[in-house]
Amino acid sequence: MIVAMMGNMTILIDFFLKPITYHFMQRGMIAAVLVGIVCAVVGTYIVLRGMAFFGDALAHTILPGIALGYLVSGGARDTLFWWALGTAIFAALGIGAISKNSEIKEDTAIGIIFAGMFALGIALISTVHKYAVDLSHFLFGDVLSVSTHSLWLILIFGGIVLLTVFLFYKEFMTLSFDPVLAATLRLPVDLLNNLLLILIAVTVAVSLQTVGVALMVAMLVTPAATAYLLTHRLSHMMLLAAIFASFSGVIGLYLSYYLSIASGAAIVLTATVFFMVSFGWKRMKPT
Amino acid sequence: MYPHTHHKPNQPILAVSNLTVRYNGRIALEDVNFHLHEGERIAVVGPNGAGKSTLFKVVAGVLQPQIGEVNIYGSRPRGHVCIGYIPQRNQVDWTFPVSVADVVMMGRSAKLGPFNWPHKHDWDFVNHALETVELSNLASRQISQLSGGQQQRMFIARALAQEAELMLMDEPLTGLDTPSQEGILNLLDRLKKERVTVMVATHDLEQAASHFDRIMLLNHHIVAFDKPQLVLQTDKLLQAYGGRLRPLDGEQILTIDDCCDDGEHDHTH
Repeated sequence: MIVAMMGNMTILIDFFLKPITYHFMQRGMIAAVLVGIVCAVVGTYIVLRGMAFFGDALAHTILPGIALGYLVSGGARDTLFWWALGTAIFAALGIGAISKNSEIKEDTAIGIIFAGMFALGIALISTVHKYAVDLSHFLFGDVLSVSTHSLWLILIFGGIVLLTVFLFYKEFMTLSFDPVLAATLRLPVDLLNNLLLILIAVTVAVSLQTVGVALMVAMLVTPAATAYLLTHRLSHMMLLAAIFASFSGVIGLYLSYYLSIASGAAIVLTATVFFMVSFGWKRMKPT
Repeated sequence: MYPHTHHKPNQPILAVSNLTVRYNGRIALEDVNFHLHEGERIAVVGPNGAGKSTLFKVVAGVLQPQIGEVNIYGSRPRGHVCIGYIPQRNQVDWTFPVSVADVVMMGRSAKLGPFNWPHKHDWDFVNHALETVELSNLASRQISQLSGGQQQRMFIARALAQEAELMLMDEPLTGLDTPSQEGILNLLDRLKKERVTVMVATHDLEQAASHFDRIMLLNHHIVAFDKPQLVLQTDKLLQAYGGRLRPLDGEQILTIDDCCDDGEHDHTH
């Protein structure tokens, strides 16, 4: 009996430990958790300010930048982060300016730019022979190929994003809740709005390898929306979103390992299940 | 620290001269001139789309006028943090994950300055403001759990925490039941003792007459601005409201054919 239990335990422990004996799995796990936390915290503001479409568009808009970097460097992955970062910041501020001064409705303007840029990215990548494999990495991510170098970049730039959110916590909260109050308190509203756009841009660049441009919006909004259902305080929402995102990253990678499914998709699906469970729980809970 | 303009002595708390504002291509305010004394309570009355919200936003320094100027204690509004703007309740996201105390603390953001977290001194301001508006027992509630009157009082507490000397309230009484309206009006009386100057946009002429020092009758331009008994006269009201006002029972009682819809859009009936 005891022997059988011990045997079961060993199987169980083996189940969890075996995947992380591989270095690529270790790096993947760390990357998924770090990216998850950064996306969740920044995503809190995206959810509260109704910027999901902007986030999705921004992620897609950086594809031509990545494609250019990919063509210039001849397929090297490590420099792509810088191309992604540059394009993301440029695109974020560009979309921000256009949506403020546009003659047509904001979401239409964003839609046109995002689809056009995305098409340009695909066109550029398609000039390369055997482009389909690389394109799918950019679109859906490939967290298991994250190098130690990339991991450091994620850690440093993710850290900068989290630190900035922490330092401007009360300003971002005031601005998001009541922009008129922020203006009457003479907070630097335009500067803070642009800073938030840049934070989203850096987050997108940092997350590129984990979930890719097509699934990025899920990392930005799903854990934050899950947390939004369960708490009534902004700081708790950030913390809870970070926890959901971390678990999604870890569970998603185990699923990816054992079921042989694409890692980015597995992470996003896990996060979606978390959301659906809390949505159902909230609905059934008597209030 | 975020920049603050200091007050010049011997200047009116608010002086507006030759103010003209175009909003979405239409004239919202035309040649508006007036000034307020410290501690005054002003009711701003006029039909929907008369420019009340626009006036408040220009005074708050959120909207720039095309012509004319606004001075708070002798200088432009942009540098002042002493103006408390209390929004219409329907313009607030009540599902935002913040507590009542969080919202009141937002009023301290400017005084705190960048990279600072609230000190005990700031919490004292917040707690005192919550006591003044009688919301101390609800401080940790999420804001959607408040009644309409409590929501309005929370914003007044936020303006108090901000140390606002001029409070602009955009239709604070609209949609509230009578006891809640009384609660807000009593609070305004208490603010007068603290020398807070108050401008309130309202639809209720009776309350405007009984609780305010002066009434501003506004319809893009100032029709009248004086003590209530001098403003609330049939000819002036007809001038401001046009055909939308009708005498009742041939007496002094007047009702206004004016719905409680908010905002700056004109109604075309």
